[in-house]
Amino acid sequence: MPPDTLSGSPESDVTSAMTFKDTELTLGIPGEPTRSPAGKFCTKRGFIETVDLNLRTSTSKPRGKAHADEVDDKSDDVVSGTCKTTASKTQVVGWPPVRSYRKKALESCKYVKVAVDGAPYLRKVDLETYNSYQELLMALEKMFTCFKIRGNYLDESKVIDPMKEMEYVPTYEDKDGDWMLVGDVPWKMFIESCKRIRLMKSSEAVGLAPRTPPRCTTTT
Amino acid sequence: MREERTEMSKDDDRSPPLDLRGADIAESSSKTRNCVTGSGHVTGLNPTEFQAPYPDQVLENVLENVLQFLTSRRDRNAASLVCKSWCRVEALTRSELFIGNCYSVSPKRATARFSRVRAVAIKGRPRFADFNLMPPEWGAHFAPWVAALGSAYPWLEKVYLKRMSVTDEDLKYLAENFPSFKELVLVCCDGFGTRGLAVIAKKCRQLRVLDLIESEVAESDMDWIGEFPESGITCLESLIFDCVESPINFEALERLVIRSPSLKKLRLNRFVSIGQLYRLMVRAPQLTHLGTGSFSLAEGVAHGDQEPDYESAFAACKSLVCLSGFREITPDYLSAIYAVCANLTSLNLSYANINAEQLKTVIVHCHKLQTFWVLDSICDEGLQAAAATCKDLRELRVFPIDAREDSEGPVSEVGLQAISEGCRKLQSILYFCQHMTNAAVIAMSNNCPDLEVFRLCIMGRHRPDHVTGEPMDEGFGAIVKNCKKLTRLAVSGLLTDQAFSYIGRYGKLVRTLSVAFAGNSDLGLKYVLEGCPRLQKLEIRDSPFGDAALRSGLHHYYNMRFLWMSSCRLSPPGCREIARALPRLVVEVIRDEVGMIRAECEEHIDDAFDILYMYRSLEGPRDDAPSFVTILH
Repeated sequence: MPPDTLSGSPESDVTSAMTFKDTELTLGIPGEPTRSPAGKFCTKRGFIETVDLNLRTSTSKPRGKAHADEVDDKSDDVVSGTCKTTASKTQVVGWPPVRSYRKKALESCKYVKVAVDGAPYLRKVDLETYNSYQELLMALEKMFTCFKIRGNYLDESKVIDPMKEMEYVPTYEDKDGDWMLVGDVPWKMFIESCKRIRLMKSSEAVGLAPRTPPRCTTTT
Repeated sequence: MREERTEMSKDDDRSPPLDLRGADIAESSSKTRNCVTGSGHVTGLNPTEFQAPYPDQVLENVLENVLQFLTSRRDRNAASLVCKSWCRVEALTRSELFIGNCYSVSPKRATARFSRVRAVAIKGRPRFADFNLMPPEWGAHFAPWVAALGSAYPWLEKVYLKRMSVTDEDLKYLAENFPSFKELVLVCCDGFGTRGLAVIAKKCRQLRVLDLIESEVAESDMDWIGEFPESGITCLESLIFDCVESPINFEALERLVIRSPSLKKLRLNRFVSIGQLYRLMVRAPQLTHLGTGSFSLAEGVAHGDQEPDYESAFAACKSLVCLSGFREITPDYLSAIYAVCANLTSLNLSYANINAEQLKTVIVHCHKLQTFWVLDSICDEGLQAAAATCKDLRELRVFPIDAREDSEGPVSEVGLQAISEGCRKLQSILYFCQHMTNAAVIAMSNNCPDLEVFRLCIMGRHRPDHVTGEPMDEGFGAIVKNCKKLTRLAVSGLLTDQAFSYIGRYGKLVRTLSVAFAGNSDLGLKYVLEGCPRLQKLEIRDSPFGDAALRSGLHHYYNMRFLWMSSCRLSPPGCREIARALPRLVVEVIRDEVGMIRAECEEHIDDAFDILYMYRSLEGPRDDAPSFVTILH
């Protein structure tokens, strides 16, 4: 049964839980409805995932099972009802049915190699651990401590390596096999399409278009 | 083996009478049991020596000679039901023992009935346990079995285990107690590590097969490859360790391969670089099955530094029919395999993150391909290319590179449609996607009449046909209706009870059914339990089926291997009712940790448990159940 057609309507659960909800911490101003039209909820999502704090609810499975068919009459926990309407990051245990062995193996697929012109060996980074270009480039700087990287991001600081007086331009190879300048596309799109990274000597990067003014999306 | 035959008659304490084997005594062949070949050689017997046989003795001898040719266990099971005599003789001639559920029968009972077993296969955990739906430590321990096998079958040669917990001690026991031990295959097993492997390598002098498939191998520093005997030719035919997540001693492996001229199957783990692969391939051009390891350069090796000629190494392997691995592939190297593509019947690229263009360069050569496993990174376009070339395809599996409900979903109904049109001989498909249409599924049901296995996983829960907005009922309905050979089905997407009505009506040969987030009411499950007489394995999660539905299967549960239902609408009283009605059914109710805490705090427990797992058994409740398992009675 699709989650929308329950035997008990979500509204009745909400009203029965009114008093509890009123005192519940939210991220919005007290008194505002906890559900925005878009269905996002304002309570701290981390609550759901905590195992021992779900004692009062038999519906919300702390592992994130969002199947609302198991609402029972004493569901005080609106959180479980809103589970299904939140942004999709709440994953359900064991779904899709892919073995953890395979998932792990493919994760290391997501590590990308980082080469720096002039360095004798490569490094590998997991792009998923960063949230923005800034974070990534700072991490790369730390990895290759001898080199400073010119970044196409907000502060636009062009840093020169004191030892070798060279700039490095971060480039990457995308899914189609083309070499691109890091920073043009939104971060999410970048991590989905980046196959490997090369920090190219500026001198070799002659011919690439001058840096475009950074868009705010590049840092999300 | 002739000696074995006379031994059996001696056990019966009667001298061999009318000897139907007489004609063939002179003939020796490599076949283990040689007997009547229809020559009707009565003239070979001296009439004065003729002893009137007891009728059953004749029958049993005849039976022995005949039944030994039965290899299919289904045939053997049928034969054993004819009468006691047949049962006895069948038990004497069964050399391969298959236990589909390790708790359905005890090791003692199994070994008491079958006295001459040389190969054992045992399956343990239910499949849904693979997806973290059950706490670990549930059971399925190999230990009690290995002990019983040790005393009953000292001549044991082969062990195949699936979803069992095997410890290093168990492996040690195997290595030390079975001098003829030849084959060990562990599929989706856990509980052991490289220490156990080391003992096997060291002590099993007759080892032909050591296959570790999708098993979890605990890491340690143990150099197990180095434990294989250092000198002399080995009889190794198959060495599969691609799931071992720790580095291996490559030099020892290379020496091993050099000393193993019979080696046909070699599947390396991701810690073997392409350079090392090369070195092994030139030593073993006789390989038929190859798992290529990482298929990229070792860390620290730069591209282009005097690289060996990978293409020629592949070209030299003229017998290669099965290729897998590519665990950390550098796509540039794909061209190395072109030379062997034309001979390949099986290609597993399901760990290789390659795009459509890269796939096309390979698949265009693979005319003989029958089995193809791949990642959805190849997109619909890649599937279209496969459909255009692989006209002989029997099995396709498309795995998601990003296994989340909200991921992009690079393959869709377009790819499925293309496959159905290009690969008419398809027998088995596993397809992960985000978007699907009934039309494409119906097309496949019409285009691929040989389908036996249809597993479609639409990753977004409750997702309808994305073009019409309708439930996926009609698509799956067409599959069960048109694919007359269908034995295994996995459904997904938005499904109403109607879909189950179709399955019950048309799925007469279905043995395995997997259901998740589907159906409206008890009716759904009822249709299936009442309609599918061949149903043996039923696994359901997060679907609104309750006690009434469970009751409707009472007539059938003894015919099934197991039923799994998790996060459905069952209640403890409902399950208890089943346990009471069917005493030979073990009804396990499994709680997750949270369920246990809840149970302590709440007086009134609605869904007090997460999982119902029930199975027929001759032994009653098992004695190794952990605390989170309750067995109802």
